[in-house]
Amino acid sequence: MTEPSARALFWAGARDSVPMLVGAAPFGMIFGALVGTAQLTPWQGQLMSLSVFAGSSQFIAVGLMAGLASTLVIWLATVIVNLRHMLYAAALLPHVQHLPARWRWALGFLLTDETYAVVDRYYRKHPNTALGHWYFLGSGLSMYANWQCWTLVGLLFGAVFPQLQTLGLDFAMVVTFIAIIVPQLVRLPHFAATVAAGTVAFLLKDLPYKLGLMAAVAVGVGVGLLLTRLRARPLVEGSRA
Amino acid sequence: MSATLTILGMAVLTFGIKALVFILGDRIAFSPTAKQALGFVPVTVLTAIIVPVVLAPHGQGLELTWRNPQLVAALFAIVVCTITRHQLLTIMLGLVAFFGWQFTWAS
Repeated sequence: MTEPSARALFWAGARDSVPMLVGAAPFGMIFGALVGTAQLTPWQGQLMSLSVFAGSSQFIAVGLMAGLASTLVIWLATVIVNLRHMLYAAALLPHVQHLPARWRWALGFLLTDETYAVVDRYYRKHPNTALGHWYFLGSGLSMYANWQCWTLVGLLFGAVFPQLQTLGLDFAMVVTFIAIIVPQLVRLPHFAATVAAGTVAFLLKDLPYKLGLMAAVAVGVGVGLLLTRLRARPLVEGSRA
Repeated sequence: MSATLTILGMAVLTFGIKALVFILGDRIAFSPTAKQALGFVPVTVLTAIIVPVVLAPHGQGLELTWRNPQLVAALFAIVVCTITRHQLLTIMLGLVAFFGWQFTWAS
């Protein structure tokens, strides 16, 4: 079985990211529209999208800047919110390890929640791919270009549509994530982990710096692991040390 | 000027965190348990992001009512996705349900 060419894989990665591009669009736009509230100039808003390229930490930074938080607090929040990327990277590492350093730096920069979801699914379906990094690049670059465009749209029209968020365009993200989550809930540990994470996230939603999100993920993963263990050795009494 | 520095600092930190594992590779070892845990990360992160948005769209208390368009459309999208397993269809019908419900009950 021959693998598609690098170019074909690049475009396949971009094409499979289309739902994510649509889902990210309102966020880019809302982010752009919010930049003005943080005493930032438009080009500083675009600079953030170009150089940071991490939606949730960009939102948090803008919120903190509007509240006149110190630079140190903003940097700490950035680190906490972005730690999850290390877990994504670790999951993808076996497919990326052999690449030259410039590829690994570039793919690392382009790593996002959305690209992780798309690329991880691809590697699961094609475990022996030799050119999968082109697919990764296609997904990452399309997300990057998309994010820049919608940030710019938000910056330009921010003054005209200050009520974007209340209009509920952010529901596009909710429904995008639902479309990713639901197909993964076929196994009990995943289902239970999801319910636990959702419950904790709601109960702790008012904690600062997205700490509630961190706690929710920790509890969800813990529940998932516990159930996996319990199911792996059913009814083996006394065998456990 | 200091805002620019803050932004560039964020960029360096984010890039470092994202690329660290890809660059150090095997020098960061993950145990089998850690790898198993990784499998639960995507669904739990995504769920933790959207549940508060759906249940408390105004950032205040629980809005467990059929007048909450986020909740109604989210439940609808879950049903559509469970039945069809089709991502784009789920997104489009979910958005239609959301805006339809919002405009129906807005006035």
